[in-house]
Amino acid sequence: MARYKGRGMASVNYPIGMNLGGDPSQALIHSNPDGKFTVALSAIDLGQGMKQVTRQVAAETLGVPIEDVYVDTADSDTGPHDMGSFASRGTHRMGNAVIAAAREARGVLLEAAAEELEVNAADLVTDGKGNIHVKGAPSRAITVRATAQAAQFKQGKTIAGRGIFLIPLSSVDPETGEMNPNTAFAHACLVADVEVDDETGEVSVLGMSSAYELGRVINPKMVEQQLVGGAWMGISHALYETPEPYYPNPDHGPRDFNEYLMPGPGDLAPYSITILERPAPDGPFGGKGPGEMCANPVLPAVANAVYNAVGVRVNDLPITPEKILRGIRANGGAKPQARRGGAL
Amino acid sequence: MEFRKDLFQNERDDNLNVVGKGVQRQDMPGHVTGRSPFFDDHAFEGLLHLKVVRSPHPHARIRRIDIAAAERAPGVKRILRGSDVPVNKNTLLSLINFGKDDEPTLAVDKVRYKGEPIVAIIAESEAQALAVRALVRVEYEPLPAVFDVEEALKPGAPVINDTYPGNYFEYHEKYDHQKLRFGDVERGFAMADHIVEDRYQMSPIEHAPTETNGSIAAPEQNDRFVVHSCAQGLFFSLGTAAKIVNLDSNRLHFIGGTVGGGFGGKVDSLTEPLSILGAMMTGRPVRYVLDREEEMLYGSPRGAERIYIKDGIARDGRILARQIRSYFDAGAYTRLSSYAAIKCTAHLPGPYTIPNVASDIYVAYTNRCPSTAMRGFGITAVDFALEVHMDKGAEACGLDPMEFRILNAYRDGDMKAHRRVAKNTALIECVQVAAEKARWPLSDEARRQSSLTGGGGARAEIPATPIDENGRINRPETRGGRPTQTLPAGTMRVPMTKQPIMEGSTENRPKAPAVPQYEPYRPAAAAPPPVAPPMTAPPPPAAPPAVAPSPSPAPASQHGAHRFSSVFGTRRR
Repeated sequence: MARYKGRGMASVNYPIGMNLGGDPSQALIHSNPDGKFTVALSAIDLGQGMKQVTRQVAAETLGVPIEDVYVDTADSDTGPHDMGSFASRGTHRMGNAVIAAAREARGVLLEAAAEELEVNAADLVTDGKGNIHVKGAPSRAITVRATAQAAQFKQGKTIAGRGIFLIPLSSVDPETGEMNPNTAFAHACLVADVEVDDETGEVSVLGMSSAYELGRVINPKMVEQQLVGGAWMGISHALYETPEPYYPNPDHGPRDFNEYLMPGPGDLAPYSITILERPAPDGPFGGKGPGEMCANPVLPAVANAVYNAVGVRVNDLPITPEKILRGIRANGGAKPQARRGGAL
Repeated sequence: MEFRKDLFQNERDDNLNVVGKGVQRQDMPGHVTGRSPFFDDHAFEGLLHLKVVRSPHPHARIRRIDIAAAERAPGVKRILRGSDVPVNKNTLLSLINFGKDDEPTLAVDKVRYKGEPIVAIIAESEAQALAVRALVRVEYEPLPAVFDVEEALKPGAPVINDTYPGNYFEYHEKYDHQKLRFGDVERGFAMADHIVEDRYQMSPIEHAPTETNGSIAAPEQNDRFVVHSCAQGLFFSLGTAAKIVNLDSNRLHFIGGTVGGGFGGKVDSLTEPLSILGAMMTGRPVRYVLDREEEMLYGSPRGAERIYIKDGIARDGRILARQIRSYFDAGAYTRLSSYAAIKCTAHLPGPYTIPNVASDIYVAYTNRCPSTAMRGFGITAVDFALEVHMDKGAEACGLDPMEFRILNAYRDGDMKAHRRVAKNTALIECVQVAAEKARWPLSDEARRQSSLTGGGGARAEIPATPIDENGRINRPETRGGRPTQTLPAGTMRVPMTKQPIMEGSTENRPKAPAVPQYEPYRPAAAAPPPVAPPMTAPPPPAAPPAVAPSPSPAPASQHGAHRFSSVFGTRRR
């Protein structure tokens, strides 16, 4: 009776947004008379950070401080149409819509500033700190706040913008499957280390290490929260969860979290993440989005690590102790495979 | 978390003001102090509670529904049956004209899964509504049930969903599955030194959000209804509900946006239509929230998928052919499974350049709770299967698993199996970085590879492709047929996607930095002449087309009817 260590890996890519297109997102942005902006959306924040991603994208495009932008979502009376928060589409689709809206609002902002400074709007730049000035001449400046007040009370201009992003719907060829699917793809490779007990069949994930290419990272802290949370879900899918343990037999459905097995805090593994950024040509500032894919490489990497540890291939998820013990018995004992690499 | 800023550095401008910074979220203080309002944090005077009576059988005819005793019970305000639902048949993707209406809000003649809602009880308190469920008498005639996807597709299996009597979703009004055909897999297998075949089974999964599905609908004083919802798509849910309760969309005012976890399980509008209907019928606010047991058992799960993969691999490790057959378990109704199968088709054969690829993806109906979207919908399960299969392929030809992936990885300029050119790829770099971190030894040659070079050229060609008419609707005997014709190399039949419309971008106003530029994929033949791949790159997989390649792709067929009819066909606008 022994515990065997094993290492497995997997590499994946992931399509961003609704596969065939045809999934529009809209955004509206307006300024109050003090140059403070509200982004009105109907997008949903499920915890993934939709409000913050769009806030940073809006602030960047407008050229104003982040504190001067708040995102209001989701109210169908005030937020324009959006398809929804699914298919890893939020950052990409809504980010682009917000850029378009912010660009239009910025255009009015700079026109209003140009009128106050008596210069050409094309010569103006923002410093991201709440000021607008002539390019190359920082002293010829006006604040965003003064500009907004002038626009509202003196010039009669609305500092506002509307944006939509739509990749038109693609058809699909019935015979070949030819189609125009997603335009942006994220990538990942993950290494998992496990330990398998050949007496109990239990698997512990000892550690994981990954490289993710996600296009431009809009907010690194939120990327990290997604990747860590998603990896936990990947471990859970690989080793623990199922509402139908003897699928396709539908019996033994769980009724609560006592009966539905998920990993607890003690089952979490140390996880090291490295980020690569290859900007997507059509993403907001090149962003793709880590949304759904962060669980995906964990499942096969853990399965491959289990094989590496004891020589048992489990092709049916989840990889339960029962399946491992049956596999070890069928093989006439644990069959550890060659070790690979060093400590994570 | 660390960055490798040195990679792809010349493709980025890193001098941005706030994008790329780990700024605290605007909603974080509310979340960590427990004060962010969710849909269920809205109090209403005179709030009523809705609960449903669910089927105890996976498949049964409903002989009789007797609500007399329930209607007289204390606290009961109203009992709803299928006949009270204005439009009691819907399919979620009818909003984008995909598929036929197949699912009732409240079952009428038949129940098709255990837990299917039949009657809704609206009462003064949640406890009363729950208690009254036992007073609703439903007489059933149990029917044979089928739970296995492949059993469901056999001729003579019990018909589950009358809208799709073959127990499969119908693609293009023509086939019982979605096809992918690229090159000639049989030829690839014949040339291969190793054949690796296996079967994989993804389990169903419960989304397990902290906040269960629910909604509160209340009459407003202007002939409208306000709906506090946890929907993942606000207008998606609004549109679905408006159709089912037969109201103009502007008579519904949906409020949501802060949701306690979804993972795909809050796309189906499980509660909104009945909450609104309850408010319409009673004139009072109605709350319908699933309890944890309902969420676990009847709040649509991730669907199981069964996947068969066959690879043909050359002695040097190049994958010459990959064939996949997969079954999505939709449960009793379509929901979104039909779309996931298309997405899965576009994803195949994974992030690798393989010259011959074929897949048949089925969406099968079974007598279980309808499955729905979940994180990685259409991808997670097949990625599990593909990546375990890659491990076996590496072993079969005696290669290290990382080397095997780098050897077969797709690169910029390669033709993908759905006949579009890959760009912006980065799989090789991810594998290299992961190897380096894990001190996993790679050969010098593998370390020298790059996604930026070695692709395109011969790897950008669309091969001659035998196509077939296997699996015609209502003709299961055609499933194992032979190819009917061979499409010449370079064939493209679907028009390219046009440039997206971005309002504001056309106006003559100063542009923000790094405005996204969208470029549609170009056909291979339209690309500049191929540059010879560097010596370190693996040679393009050898699979000479059976028919001489045509110099340019066939012109895209643009006749109007085809444009939307192939997938989005059955409910034309």
